[in-house]
Amino acid sequence: MRVEKSEDWTLVIKPKSNLLDFQLKQLWEYRDLLFLLVRRDIVTVYKQTLLGFFWFILPPILNTLTYFIIFGLIAKVSTDGTNPILFYLTGVISWGYFADCINRTSTTFRTNASIFGKVYFPRIIVPISSVASALVKFAIQIGLLIAVVCYFYFTENNVFPQFKYIWLLPIIIILMAFYGLAIGIIISSLTTKYRDLSNLVPFAVSLLMYATPVIYPSSIIPEKFKWIIQINPLTPLIESFRFIFLGSDQISWWQLIYCFVFTIVLFVIGLVLFNKTEKTFMDTV
Amino acid sequence: MSIVLRAEDISKVFRLGDVGAKTITEDIRAAWHKITKRQNPYIINASANDREVESNNDFVWALKEINFEVKQGEILGLVGKNGAGKSTLLKILSRTTAPTSGNIKIKGKIASLLEVGTGFHPDLSGRDNIYLNGAILGMKKSEIKSKFDAIVEFAGVQRYIDTPVKRYSSGMYVRLAFAVAAHLEPDILIIDEVLAVGDQEFQNKCLGKMKDVSEQGRTVIFVSHNMGAVNDLCSRAILLNQGIIKLDGPTDKVIKTYVQQNMQVNINENYNIDDATTRRGTGEVRFVAIDTFDVSKNNTNEFFQYDNVSFKLKIKIIHPVKELLASIAFRSGKTRDIVTSTSKIKVNTEGISSGDVFTIDIIFPKINLRPGVYETYYWLGSSYADTAFDVVDNLMPPIVIGLHPDTKDIFTSGYFDDNFTFQQNKI
Repeated sequence: MRVEKSEDWTLVIKPKSNLLDFQLKQLWEYRDLLFLLVRRDIVTVYKQTLLGFFWFILPPILNTLTYFIIFGLIAKVSTDGTNPILFYLTGVISWGYFADCINRTSTTFRTNASIFGKVYFPRIIVPISSVASALVKFAIQIGLLIAVVCYFYFTENNVFPQFKYIWLLPIIIILMAFYGLAIGIIISSLTTKYRDLSNLVPFAVSLLMYATPVIYPSSIIPEKFKWIIQINPLTPLIESFRFIFLGSDQISWWQLIYCFVFTIVLFVIGLVLFNKTEKTFMDTV
Repeated sequence: MSIVLRAEDISKVFRLGDVGAKTITEDIRAAWHKITKRQNPYIINASANDREVESNNDFVWALKEINFEVKQGEILGLVGKNGAGKSTLLKILSRTTAPTSGNIKIKGKIASLLEVGTGFHPDLSGRDNIYLNGAILGMKKSEIKSKFDAIVEFAGVQRYIDTPVKRYSSGMYVRLAFAVAAHLEPDILIIDEVLAVGDQEFQNKCLGKMKDVSEQGRTVIFVSHNMGAVNDLCSRAILLNQGIIKLDGPTDKVIKTYVQQNMQVNINENYNIDDATTRRGTGEVRFVAIDTFDVSKNNTNEFFQYDNVSFKLKIKIIHPVKELLASIAFRSGKTRDIVTSTSKIKVNTEGISSGDVFTIDIIFPKINLRPGVYETYYWLGSSYADTAFDVVDNLMPPIVIGLHPDTKDIFTSGYFDDNFTFQQNKI
């Protein structure tokens, strides 16, 4: 009998994989699929709609106007002297991307069960593609934001874009994406067997918004409750985003580093859970 | 030839029943046993997978200690009854679920076709879907690009290539989906027989493609309970029964064992009449037993061409009916079409009453079917509004017609022989 060396085999199917084996090489081999899934998401969302891409910018405009009327004009919540329209618009857009990431990725296993049950490919491609395609929408909304910032910059001259911190913007966006992705894949892994959690998600996401300085500046929070805002890793992201475009709020470097570490830890936990789930979820979904 | 796939002690435990509040306590107990380094109590107790035997145990072995090897260029057939573990093994091989224990070693690129058109999006054009589906199946974009024209031509949808696939006819849709799959070039291809649905032309295309693939030196694993197709395509087969390998060997030997195993099927008046896929009908009259005999009254289902084949149908009247017709049909194993059928035989129903049981003998003195495996179809009904009382479709062992040892004719394609004259003229 011929003795085979272990390296003769190109693939070994095993019951469990190494917890920290993320198969990055395989992920790279499937990069074309990632690209095509992103393309699919973008092309199909507004197909057969009259206004098409206009739907990317209409919701943040309407949300901003709503917050402006309710919180700005009626409840008279302070915006720390920042132009309220711009304050709400930056909040709505940046929060919107983060929430989008969670909502799209938290149902990965259930919405794709029919595909996952038939063909193998690295499952993590699907949530990554969701986050990437949400990025396109986010980019268009940032375009809208820049237009509005320009308008107020030239007419009222009360915004102060921080051009020397522009390099921070991609980092903030990547952190938001990975933070949202991490939460999303953790939820999607946990909900394959027990679906209760998925009922909680939309509710929890909207609650989380109120624990984040999206529609109010953190300065109006009483000292007693400041810790809630401070332990929320999203706070420095939203505030830095606002700082870069409007010059309001401030950048807290310590909080940003905290957010960075937190995101990495959460993402690794998410990957471990996700990889564990992808092996057997077809039996329980 | 070298071994390209080796399965070592593959086992898989499934949990039956609903996943719910009860499972969380089980999960906690299992986790506790894991912490204390004991074996999972639910897996120890898992029982053999026999779907007809009721058990309180929610855990069963869908597969238990499966070992086999596949050589390069081989077409291996996986056969077995429903629930024997074929699909589970298929899922493990295609990595959509992991085994509970054991491992499978594979050499080369492996691709599985459990369905065609996975991931097709109705709003995308044919062109976009070719790329998307190809990438899901594991092709690189450049690879799809180079095969694009061939795929479109194979599918015959040149004119519709930029139209969303939701506007396609179902035939066009399936052709396009299959065209993408057919241009995959893996070293090992795993195919589920559910692929072989659709019209006959399409089925032949599927089966023909499988032959092509293996002629190119690729390996094919074909899962089926269609004995005819397995017989045609595979040189070797594995018979699964209740999650274990019953037999691994040459196809004809495996099919023979499989057929004998199915001889134990009980057809009686209590047998599952509501199961639309197997037995259907209104139930006024039911088959109680169906048997086949050769000329010397031996109960068998193996014959030679031109043998005497007799069927004995035992029938029970549940409610008296005005008219009762009976019919038998043979299906081609490859396409499952009915290839021959008796005309409807009128059964005398004068003076019958509920509970009566009688037999009908239908005899073919010289059966004219070429060698092959023919599934059977038994029908009881009436001509009023085309009612069927009881239909036994592919539940009984198929009729196996063997090549007569005296015949020199080795050309066995087709279903029938007919008399003809032959003349040659020089012009």
